[in-house]
Amino acid sequence: MAKSKQKNARAHAAGAPPEPPLPPEFKTLAVDDEPAPPKRRATAESMATRQRDISVSEFFTKNRHLLGFDNPAKALLTTVKEAVDNSLDACEEAGILPELYVEIRETSAAQLAQVKPGAGKGGKGGKASEAEAAVGPGPASRFRVIVEDNGPGIVKAQIPKIFAKLLYGSKFHRLKQSRGQQGIGISAAGLYGQLTTGKPVLITSKTGKGRPAFQIQLRIDTKHNQPDVVGDTTVEWPKEHGTRVEIELVAAYRGGRTGVQEYLEQTVVANPHLALTYVNPKGERAEFPRVTSELPREAQEIKPHPHGVELGMLHTMLSDSEGKTVKQVLVDDFSRISPAVAAEVCRIAKMNVSTPAEKVVGDDLERLHKALGLVKVMAPSATAVVPIGESLLIAGLKRRYQKAEFYISMTRPPSVYRGNPFVVEAGLAFGGDLPVDEPADIMRFANRVPLQYQPKACAISESVYLTNWRGYEVQQPKGGLPVAPMAIAVHLASVWVPFTSEAKEAVAHYDELLREMKLAVQECGRKLAAHIRARAHLERDAKRRSMFEKYIPEVAQSISDILGVPKDKAEQSFYAALPNFVRFTDEGPANGGNGGGGAPPGAAAAKTPAAKTLAAKPAPDPTPPPPIKGKPKARAGKRGEQLSLTE
Amino acid sequence: MAAKKTATKTAKKQSDTVATAGSSKSASPSSSQRASQKKSAVDANTLSKIEKLARQTLGEATKGNNPALDIRTRTLSNVSFNEKKKIIELGDRTQSREFFNTGMVRKFMQTMLVASKCKNLIDEGKTVSIRQMYYLSKHNLPGSNENTFEDQNESDPIIEDLEVGIDALREELHLFATRKGSVVGRMVIDDSGDRIDLARMGRGGWSIPSIVEPEVLKFVEYKADFILFVEKDAVFTRLNEDGFWRKNNCILMTSMGQATRGARRLLQRISQELKIPIYVLVDNDPWGLYIYSVLKQGSINLAYESMRMAVPGVRFLGMSAFDYDKFKLTPAVQIKLKQEDVTRAEQMKAYPWFKDKKWQREIQGLLDNKFKMEVDGFLTKSISFITEEYIPKKLRDKDYLQ
Ligand SMILES: Nc1ncnc2c1ncn2[C@@H]1O[C@H](COP(=O)(O)OP(=O)(O)OP(=O)(O)O)[C@@H](O)[C@H]1O
Ligand SMILES: [Mg+2]
Repeated sequence: MAKSKQKNARAHAAGAPPEPPLPPEFKTLAVDDEPAPPKRRATAESMATRQRDISVSEFFTKNRHLLGFDNPAKALLTTVKEAVDNSLDACEEAGILPELYVEIRETSAAQLAQVKPGAGKGGKGGKASEAEAAVGPGPASRFRVIVEDNGPGIVKAQIPKIFAKLLYGSKFHRLKQSRGQQGIGISAAGLYGQLTTGKPVLITSKTGKGRPAFQIQLRIDTKHNQPDVVGDTTVEWPKEHGTRVEIELVAAYRGGRTGVQEYLEQTVVANPHLALTYVNPKGERAEFPRVTSELPREAQEIKPHPHGVELGMLHTMLSDSEGKTVKQVLVDDFSRISPAVAAEVCRIAKMNVSTPAEKVVGDDLERLHKALGLVKVMAPSATAVVPIGESLLIAGLKRRYQKAEFYISMTRPPSVYRGNPFVVEAGLAFGGDLPVDEPADIMRFANRVPLQYQPKACAISESVYLTNWRGYEVQQPKGGLPVAPMAIAVHLASVWVPFTSEAKEAVAHYDELLREMKLAVQECGRKLAAHIRARAHLERDAKRRSMFEKYIPEVAQSISDILGVPKDKAEQSFYAALPNFVRFTDEGPANGGNGGGGAPPGAAAAKTPAAKTLAAKPAPDPTPPPPIKGKPKARAGKRGEQLSLTE
Repeated sequence: MAAKKTATKTAKKQSDTVATAGSSKSASPSSSQRASQKKSAVDANTLSKIEKLARQTLGEATKGNNPALDIRTRTLSNVSFNEKKKIIELGDRTQSREFFNTGMVRKFMQTMLVASKCKNLIDEGKTVSIRQMYYLSKHNLPGSNENTFEDQNESDPIIEDLEVGIDALREELHLFATRKGSVVGRMVIDDSGDRIDLARMGRGGWSIPSIVEPEVLKFVEYKADFILFVEKDAVFTRLNEDGFWRKNNCILMTSMGQATRGARRLLQRISQELKIPIYVLVDNDPWGLYIYSVLKQGSINLAYESMRMAVPGVRFLGMSAFDYDKFKLTPAVQIKLKQEDVTRAEQMKAYPWFKDKKWQREIQGLLDNKFKMEVDGFLTKSISFITEEYIPKKLRDKDYLQ
C-alpha cells in the first residue's frame, strides 16, 4: 500500500501523465525505469528534533533475537552459555584447569518485575511493559542462574563495566582463538535479567590467595549504558581465586537438543579438561570429573593476514596509523608481510611505498585491498589455532557416550580460509547403548562452544549430510542424516569463526571450511565402515560356529546309532575339527580352539586381530594428531596455499 | 498269444488264501514284515553302505577334515538321453555335501539322520512310507525352536539324496512312496506270500504297492496279451466296468496321473518278464505326453533309477491330436490350449526322445489344433465308445506311436 502511494507521488512529481494501471508485477519496474527526483520530506532541522540517545533496553528489545534471547527457553540457555564460555576462556587464558559449578534454581513461578512508581530511572513508562517486551513468547517462570569458576578473577574496578556495560570486552580487538568474541555476552544476560525481574546482577570475585573477595551488585543504567553499583561488600570465600556470577531472570527450563543440559553435556565433550558440577532446577546434581589434566595449548594472537582482511578493517588500520607510511603499516600490522612483499603489494596497487597511510582512501584504498588479496605470501601461522586433538576428542566423547562400542576421531591438518587459519576435527561414537533406529546425534562446535540452533543453516551439518554414509555401512535416507546408533562431533577451531549471523548459531558455508569438514567426517566414516565390517565378520563367524555346534550333537547321535560308537566320542571328533573351519572369536565351547595366544591375562578381550584393533581397544588413534608446534612440516592445501607451521 | 506260464515259487507261503478285493490294504504291512524277517543279502548290502557312510564321516571329522558326501546332481543339466538304451540317464556331476559349510550343514545332518533311521528300519525288518519317515526323523533341536525337519518337502529330497549318495534304492532303504494306482486283469501274483488273483479284484482293482521287487512280488500265472495303462482312474473304472480286459485278454492298469515308482517298476517287470506289449492311453495334452514320456524314458528327478523303471518300448495309443478327425469328434470335446500348455508342448518338441518325425508331427498337431482333449471326451459319442469303438479300432489299425 505505502509503496504504491509512493509510486504515484513520484510519477506525478516527474510530471508524467497518470499511467493506466499495470498488473502488479510491472509496477515497480515502471517506476525504476524512470527515476524521479525524490521529494523532500524532512529537513535536517526537523530530523534533529528526533535525534537522541537510544537506550540500551530499547536496543536490546529490538535486537533480542541477535543476542540469543528470542524466547524464555533460549534466554536461559544463552545466559548459562555466556557465563560458562567466559569462565572457560578466562581459565584457559590464565593457564588454570577449569573447575566449574553451574546451578539453575527456580525461584518462583512466572512473575514479571512489578511496576514500582519511580523505580525506573526515567520514571515514566511502566516497567512491567518493558519486562513483557524483554521476555519473548512462551510460558516462563523465574530462575536464578549461578556460574562459579576457579579462574583468575576480575579486578574490582573492571567488574562493573564487564557485567553492566554492553560492548565491553577484551577479545574484540584481537585475532585470537577464543569462545567469546564480541564483548556483549555476559552484560546482555545481566540486562535481560534486570529487564525481566528487576533484580541486579550479583558478582563475587577474588583474584588470589590472601586477597579479599568482593561481592558486587550491579544494575545497568539502561538510558546511558553505564553500570550502576547498588551493593559492594567483601565476603569470606574459601576459594583461592575465581568468579561467581548470579543472574535472576524470567525464563523457561527445557530439555532436548536446545536445552541447558544438552549444552553442558556437549561442552563436556569438547572440553575434556573441564571439571563440571551441574545442579538442575530439580536439585539433581551431576558431576563430570575431568578426563585429562592437559590444558589446551595457549592460542597465539596473530595479526591480520593480507588475504583475509576486510576493506573496512584495512581502512581502520590505515587511518589509525599515526603518521606511518603504507609500507610501514603493511609490514608492522600484518602477518607474513616482509618489506619486499610490502613493496610488491604497492607495485600491484600502483602506489608509492612511502604514501602516508592515512591518505589512502577511495580508489587507492580499493586497489590496495585488491593487491593484498593477490600478492603471494606465506599462509598464516597455525599456532594461532588450537584443536582439541584426536585422543582428547575421543576422551571427551566417552564422557558423554560411555557405553558406545567404537570411538574414532580425526584432526585435519591446519588450513586457511580468507587469511584465517583453522583446523577441523571430527569424532564419532558408535554402537553400544546408542539408539539404533534414530538419526545420528550431531554435535557442532565452534572454538569448543556447542552450537545448538539452526542446524539446517550450518556448514557443519551440511558436511554430515553430504557424506555418503551408505558407503560406510550406515543407513541414510536420501539427503538426510545417517540413521545409526551414532553420535558425531565436528569442531571448527579458528581465530575467526564465520557465523551466518550475529547470533553465532551456524557456521557459514565457505568452500574451504566445508571441504575440510567433509574430509574429517569422511575419514571417521571410513574407519567406522572398517569397524562395522570387521564386526559383521565376527558376527558371521559366531553365527557359523553356533550353527555347526547346533548340528554336531544330531550328527553324532546318528553316527552313534549307525555304528554303535558312543555319542560323546563322535561329538568330540567334530568339536575338535571345528576350529579348522571357524575362527574363534570369544571363549570357545568347552575346550575349543585357542585363537592365537598372547591375549592379555584376565582380559576378556576379543581374540581376532580385527577385534583387537577395532572393538576392544578403547581409544583407537591410528593417525597421530598433526604436529602443530615444532616440526616445520608444510602441507600443500588444495588451493595452492602453503600453510607453514613456523612463525 | 495267450501264452500261459507259471512262475516258480520260492517264497515260503504262510497262507494259501487267495487274496480278495481290499485285502491288499491289510495284507501289506504284515506281509512286508514277514518278508524281511530274515535279513536278505540286499539288506546286508544296504546296511554296509549306510555304515560306510557313517564311518567315513566320523573318520574325516576325527582327522580334522570336512566330512563330505558326494551326491550326484539331479538337475536337467546333469541328465542326458542315452540314444542306444533310449532312457534318460543321470550324468556324473556330483555335488559335495559338506558338514562344515553353513549352506549344507543342516542338510548334512538330515541325511545322516535319515540314514540312521533307515538302518533302524532294516534292523527291525520294517518298511515305512516317506511321510512316516518324515515323522520318524522329525524332532526338536535342543535349545531352539528348530526341528530336524520342518515339513515333508524337506525330507523327501533328502531321501532321494541318500539314495543316490550311497547308491541304494528307496525300496532297499525300506521306504515306500504313497500307494497310488490299481491293476486288474489276467494274472495271478504272489505278494509276500499272499496269492492274489488280479482277475478277481472287483471294481477297484488291486492297489499297486510301492515295493514290487522280485523278493516280495512274484508273477505266478498270467495269460494276458498286453497291458493297457491309462492315465485316469475314471477311464480305468469305465473300462473295468465294461469288462474290457476280459474281452481283450489283457491287464488294465492306472496310476492316477503321473505314474508312481511302484507302478513304473511293475510295468517294467511285466514288460521284461512277460514280454508283452504295453499301451498307454492318456489325455491329449502336454501333461499326458509327459506321463507317457516318463514311463518311456524316465524322469529327470529319478534319472538315477531309469535303468530299473523306464520301459522304452511302451506304446502311445492315444489320445492323439489326430483322433479328433479320425473319430469325428465335435467341438464339444475341445478345451482351449493355455499359454503354459503351448510353452510346455514347445519344450517337449525339443526333447531328444521326441525328435522323431512322427512325434514332431504329433506334438505339432496338438499345437495346430489349439485345443486339448480328454479321453472322457469320447462320452460325447456314447457311454462305452472308448471300450467298444475307440481302443479296439486303434489296436486293430496299429495306430500308435512308439
Ligand atoms: N569469569 C570471568 N573471569 C575472568 N574474566 C571474565 C570473566 N567473565 C568475563 N570476563 C572478562 O570480561 C570480558 C567481557 O565478557 P563478555 O562476555 O561480555 O564478552 P566477550 O566474552 O569478550 O565476548 P562475547 O560477547 O562474544 O561473549 C571478557 O572479554 C573477559 O575479559
Ligand atoms: Mg563472553
